[in-house]
Amino acid sequence: MNSLKALFDQDTWQEIFGSISKNRTRTVITVIGVLWGIFIYIALSGAAKGLDNGFERQFENIAMNSMFVWAQRTSIPYDGFKIGRNIELKLSDIEYLKKRVPEIEFVAPRNARGVFGGTSPLVVRKNKSSNYNVYGDFPEYTKIATKKIYDGGRFINEEDIKYRRKVCVIGERTQTELFAEDENPIGQYVRIDNIYFQVIGVHKYVPGGGFESDGDIFIPFETYRQIYNSGESVQWFTIAAYDDADVVAVEKDIKAVLKRIHRVSPDDERAFGGFNLGEIFNKIVGFSKGMTLLSLIVGIATIIAGVIGIGNILLISVKERTKELGVRRALGATPAEVRNQIIIESVFLTLVAGILGIILGAFVLAGINAATLDLTDFPYTNPTVPIPYILGALFIMVFLGTLIGLIPAQRAVSIKPIDALREE
Amino acid sequence: MIQIKNLHKSYKMGASSLHVLKGINFEVEEGELVAIMGSSGSGKSTLLNILGMLDVADEGDYILDNVPIKDLNETKAAKYRNKFLGFVFQSFNLINYKSALENVSLPLYYQGIARKERQVLALDYLQRVGLKDWATHLPSELSGGQKQRVAIARAMASRPKVLLADEPTGALDTKTSYEVMDLIQKINQEGKTILVVTHEPDIAQMCKRIVQLKDGVIIEDKKVEQVIASKYVQ
Ligand SMILES: Nc1ncnc2c1ncn2[C@@H]1O[C@H](COP(=O)(O)OP(=O)(O)OP(=O)(O)O)[C@@H](O)[C@H]1O
Ligand SMILES: [Mg+2]
Repeated sequence: MNSLKALFDQDTWQEIFGSISKNRTRTVITVIGVLWGIFIYIALSGAAKGLDNGFERQFENIAMNSMFVWAQRTSIPYDGFKIGRNIELKLSDIEYLKKRVPEIEFVAPRNARGVFGGTSPLVVRKNKSSNYNVYGDFPEYTKIATKKIYDGGRFINEEDIKYRRKVCVIGERTQTELFAEDENPIGQYVRIDNIYFQVIGVHKYVPGGGFESDGDIFIPFETYRQIYNSGESVQWFTIAAYDDADVVAVEKDIKAVLKRIHRVSPDDERAFGGFNLGEIFNKIVGFSKGMTLLSLIVGIATIIAGVIGIGNILLISVKERTKELGVRRALGATPAEVRNQIIIESVFLTLVAGILGIILGAFVLAGINAATLDLTDFPYTNPTVPIPYILGALFIMVFLGTLIGLIPAQRAVSIKPIDALREE
Repeated sequence: MIQIKNLHKSYKMGASSLHVLKGINFEVEEGELVAIMGSSGSGKSTLLNILGMLDVADEGDYILDNVPIKDLNETKAAKYRNKFLGFVFQSFNLINYKSALENVSLPLYYQGIARKERQVLALDYLQRVGLKDWATHLPSELSGGQKQRVAIARAMASRPKVLLADEPTGALDTKTSYEVMDLIQKINQEGKTILVVTHEPDIAQMCKRIVQLKDGVIIEDKKVEQVIASKYVQ
């Protein structure tokens, strides 16, 4: 109560400013200690957050818990089959997979020309032509990997599949390479391997997320099947598990089911390939969480060290000022008044240092942000420190400042005034 | 104004203990100017510190302005000091980073007087000790005599009942000592009760009463014909 009154008393501050500004070196050294601490904290956790944001941006267009699964050759003879048998995924696998592995949310079978060996189909528009990878897709695919389609266009839909329409979604590079700048490609026709396709959309390329590129062309799965004669076979499945599923376990289950369907030895590790984005993502998240935690620990440790420094210096200064404090008490300062003054000094110094550190840290983060703004392949975005973290840090500083101030404050009043006055 | 009865004080130093005050009895009326004399180590400062509530006696009664001083905790003692007592020390004890004016207003700050009023009062006291023009100067820019006058202004600023001065002229030359005593006499003439500890007989003669201490007891207590200090100050 008393100390609260002192806190809002102009005279208290007069006294504190007096003692702070009259002991300049002490004040500066003290402030630097804590400033450094909070600066480290802000800079580190901001940087960690930037990395975090960066990774998140890399993966924002693909479901976190998704994976690709494809078939290879057997490496173990099994069930009367020889080693080295070529396996092909089939459309009918999907039903089994969904039935046996309930954690699966979506399965999108995909076929492609020019991705895994083979040449990319030639795509012709009027007098312009180039080779692009062509994918056969179901609409489900966008539930796993979002495709941003530019205004006016759309992705493949159920009707396209049903009627085996000859429609395609082209990439932004395809657009710039095959169309004039002021031309709207939607509704126009391109020839893919000599078959006319109508353009229904242009997808925006987002970096990251596998082997796709800004030149990819997507056509309905059924159309692909017809023109390339792919029958029942599927080159790979893109599978998304439910959010709460353990992606590593799901991948194992999926492979086990596929081995059973295709009569492959359960121990054959080579028959099916897989690329588990979820697993990788978890590792990255773990890494950036670790970074955040590390910066939190390092930052807080540095802050604590800084505050302890303040306590030390205040303790020294209290010793130096023993006589002054004795005089004050002879003149009528109560122990509480002396104590409060020192604690408020401690908290004030801590806070000033902290706020300076936050400002400095913010500048450095702004600098890092400006420097990494054009780096598209380096995962680093918007390095910020959440406000609650900053408030938390300030709160910790006030708390520690008070706590550490108690030591010199107690020492200041533990001496009898008569002994304090006798001090030389 | 002051009544003390059978005051005892000893200092413990390890196993042994030093009996410094061995039953002091005396009274001081309002408006008196008392010199306390005695050889070094006779307990003068100890007595003054107990009167100033900077230290506590082991035994005995102390009544200040009809208030029995007992069961003091530090907070209570601080409030009494602030209300009843003004201190003048041999070594001035000004706060070195505060100006003369700020030093004088410090006891007023602890009395809870508002800043504006404090400054007016402090300046008034500085004027009374003839140092109005030095208000903004730091102690390091003042002479010994000037420092002691600032200290006296500071002691007076809280309008105490009693002024306690422990060898106020101990660090000053004769001429400056007389100037300080002149000031003390003038404050006394306005009715303030003052106790001065001193070694110097000429300073003691400028008081109205001399109390002699020896080995922790009062051996002599007499009224004297006061020598007027201003006669020695031009
Ligand atoms: N805090 C203390 N601890 C132990 N002994 C003390 C303490 N203060 C004073 N003394 C002793 O008590 C005795 C009286 O001291 P005091 O300071 O009262 O003497 P004094 O009369 O003021 O002497 P002086 O004229 O030298 O100032 C001295 O022997 C001194 O050593
Ligand atoms: Mg003495």
